[in-house]
Amino acid sequence: MTTTDQPIARHTIAVLVANEPGVLARVIGLFSGRGYNIESLTVSEVDEVNARSRITIVTSGTPMVIEQIKAQLARLVPVYDVHDLTMEGPHVGREMALVKIRNTGDKRIESLRIADTFRARAIDSTLESFVFELTGDTGKIDAFIDLMVSLGEVEVSRTGVVAIARGEHVHMPLVRKAKAKRRAKKGADE
Amino acid sequence: MAKPRTTSPRTPSSTKAAKPEIMSGAAVILRALKDQGVEVVFGYPGGAVLPIYDEIFKQNAIRHILVRHEQAAVHAAEGYARSTGKVGCVLVTSGPGATNAVTGLTDALMDSIPIVCLTGQVATHLIGNDAFQEADTTGITRPCTKHNYLVKDPEKLAEVMHEAFYVARSGRPGPVVIDLPKDIQFADCPYTNAKDKEPKSYRPQVAGDDSAIEKAVELIAKAKRPIFYGGGGLINAGPKASKLFGEFVRKTGYPATLTLMGLGAYPASDRQFLGMLGMHGTYEANLAMHDCDVMVCIGARFDDRVTGALSGFSPNSKKIHVDIDPSSINKNVAVDVPIVGDAATVLEQMLAVWKAKSYKPDEKALAAWWRQIDGWRSRKCLAFTPSVKEIKPQQAIQRLFEKTRGMDCYITTEVGQHQMWAAQYFGFDEPNRWMTSGGLGTMGYGFPSAMGVQIAHPDALVIDISGEASFLMNMQEMSTMRQYGLPVKAFIINNQWMGMVRQWQELIHGKRYSESYSEALPDFVKLAEAFGGVGLRATRADELDDLIDEMIATPHPVLADICVTKEENCFPMIPSGRAHNEMILSPSDQEQQTVTDKGMALV
Ligand SMILES: Cc1ncc(C[n+]2csc(CCOP(=O)(O)OP(=O)(O)O)c2C)c(N)n1
Ligand SMILES: [Mg+2]
Repeated sequence: MTTTDQPIARHTIAVLVANEPGVLARVIGLFSGRGYNIESLTVSEVDEVNARSRITIVTSGTPMVIEQIKAQLARLVPVYDVHDLTMEGPHVGREMALVKIRNTGDKRIESLRIADTFRARAIDSTLESFVFELTGDTGKIDAFIDLMVSLGEVEVSRTGVVAIARGEHVHMPLVRKAKAKRRAKKGADE
Repeated sequence: MAKPRTTSPRTPSSTKAAKPEIMSGAAVILRALKDQGVEVVFGYPGGAVLPIYDEIFKQNAIRHILVRHEQAAVHAAEGYARSTGKVGCVLVTSGPGATNAVTGLTDALMDSIPIVCLTGQVATHLIGNDAFQEADTTGITRPCTKHNYLVKDPEKLAEVMHEAFYVARSGRPGPVVIDLPKDIQFADCPYTNAKDKEPKSYRPQVAGDDSAIEKAVELIAKAKRPIFYGGGGLINAGPKASKLFGEFVRKTGYPATLTLMGLGAYPASDRQFLGMLGMHGTYEANLAMHDCDVMVCIGARFDDRVTGALSGFSPNSKKIHVDIDPSSINKNVAVDVPIVGDAATVLEQMLAVWKAKSYKPDEKALAAWWRQIDGWRSRKCLAFTPSVKEIKPQQAIQRLFEKTRGMDCYITTEVGQHQMWAAQYFGFDEPNRWMTSGGLGTMGYGFPSAMGVQIAHPDALVIDISGEASFLMNMQEMSTMRQYGLPVKAFIINNQWMGMVRQWQELIHGKRYSESYSEALPDFVKLAEAFGGVGLRATRADELDDLIDEMIATPHPVLADICVTKEENCFPMIPSGRAHNEMILSPSDQEQQTVTDKGMALV
């Protein structure tokens, strides 16, 4: 009955929240205060008219801990909805990375070639460097970065995972009417 | 996982927006309090809330009680809330006012007490500038409130005020902070009475899932060694929940136990009540929990004080858990039938199923179970030998209980041995009569809490069962009680030790009594007099009854200094890291029972 002998698994959780001050601090505080693990967390407003943001959290824990995380998230007052994408069926998860590499000569050519196989685009270049833009699942980006590291000095910026369920079912629909007037952007989430 | 929604129909939004009145923010605040039915606010003024105090000055509908420390304001509001079922209301200034309230807020969070705490804040344009008496109140209180708000937009003030009350009292209740910048208090704000407006993102589930309830009731009906285990959720769900709980327990004839927070939800005087469970619970309650085959937990949360070592917790039972807070379910203990819902509503649903299916308990199995329980009971784990000369602390509380029987009486406590003795020896037959700091264990809770209870029940006998060390933590409230003529009684179990600390040091730190002696105590009788109250003292057992009589008869605040035997320990006890069936019953057990290395690290 204890939690210790249960297997630890990684879960991707999508949370729809009111885009109001402090909401991200609440979510992060919940994870740190209760000792839960955050592997990645992304957030952005998804519905300007109704001021809703979507947070994607990748976390890991035993089944009991994952249940706890979801229940704790769901009881936060500004949280509308919580979906465990890992539990609910197939889903796609993607992140984007900007990878800067500094090198010259053969290594420079090799990095371009690898970028091509990974469908990474060079979006900035000097005679001694590239910045590649790359999207994919976490594994693909990890693999790309590992290869780059062997070819030069590397700097990385990653977004963390955004995810959505596969299939036709819309779990957390945008409640906004298509024609609704866009408001002037009201400043950042936090 | 979709967020649960209420099954009750949504309040119609047809309250056609009447043209809002425009008034100052401070006026909006007072008006919202009034529309919420607030009768009393416990508070302390300061620069950042002066406009609100100005509005308080201009009206009579809401009474303001001027405490002597903001922590006490929150505890007073907790006592008020817990003894009435209403939301307690607090008003404090920015900076130190808000930080002083933090302990009270945390206490209310841990014990699920509905509180709305208004804090002043520096003007919006100064926020973040380290202005005078600025503190990041929403940042500081985020982890110790159910929710908090910083109002920066005058348009939102009225809505936030009302939403805060809704959040505080709905679902699992808790404290809510509204941080109010001073310029907002002066600004022109629209007021509409949004009293019944529920925030879209927060709609706790009230009714339990029908199929889960049917499954639970069937388990209950087929049980051979059942036990009901109720907690503070029964109290929070209102007196109806306790009534229905009692009905279910009596209908089945099953034994019932309650947590510290649940005392009073089932009559202590009833034969089916096994007493409190947990670390200082009774032998029979803990053994019945350990050996049961079906456990029916309603509004309790499998707290570590209750379960003891999880590895040995009720190993062979099917567990049913009813709780309004889904995050309390399957947190510490995996249960077989989880039911999210309000205790009263779910009990009603359960009783309906029990009746509809004409379930009958298994009388033969039940008789055998009761024989076993009676065997445990016959150990008389709470027995003590009353002393004729000195006063035993247990005896003091038992006499207090006997002498106040039948009176309209409310008890609060501080934290320590006296708290546990109060829970063991003072029987409660009704809910809302017992106020104690369970989750946080806050010394200094009881005295201001009693003040809040007395405000709510002016004619009742309100007693804080206190320890001499705890009392010193909020004794300044004597002055408040004097000011408002509140005849609260502090019944101080004076053992000259931080007794509970001393007990643990005796048990697991080789009797090295490091810093636990209550050195240089004040003369409590003189202290009472200095505050304009009445001081009484008993040092011998034969003085006890007279003192209690005199205390009850005194229509003023009383400090009763009950000088008790100093080195009494609180038994029974489950040492930390041990299971329910490894209780220590007496000092002689204590010698043999050592605490495990793992247990040493637990609190
Ligand atoms: C604010 C606070 N500080 C410290 C503690 C730790 N603590 C728990 S019980 C206790 C001793 C209480 O002494 P007293 O009030 O005399 O009660 P007794 O145990 O002697 O009955 C202490 C220090 C606490 N619970 N609360
Ligand atoms: Mg003491």
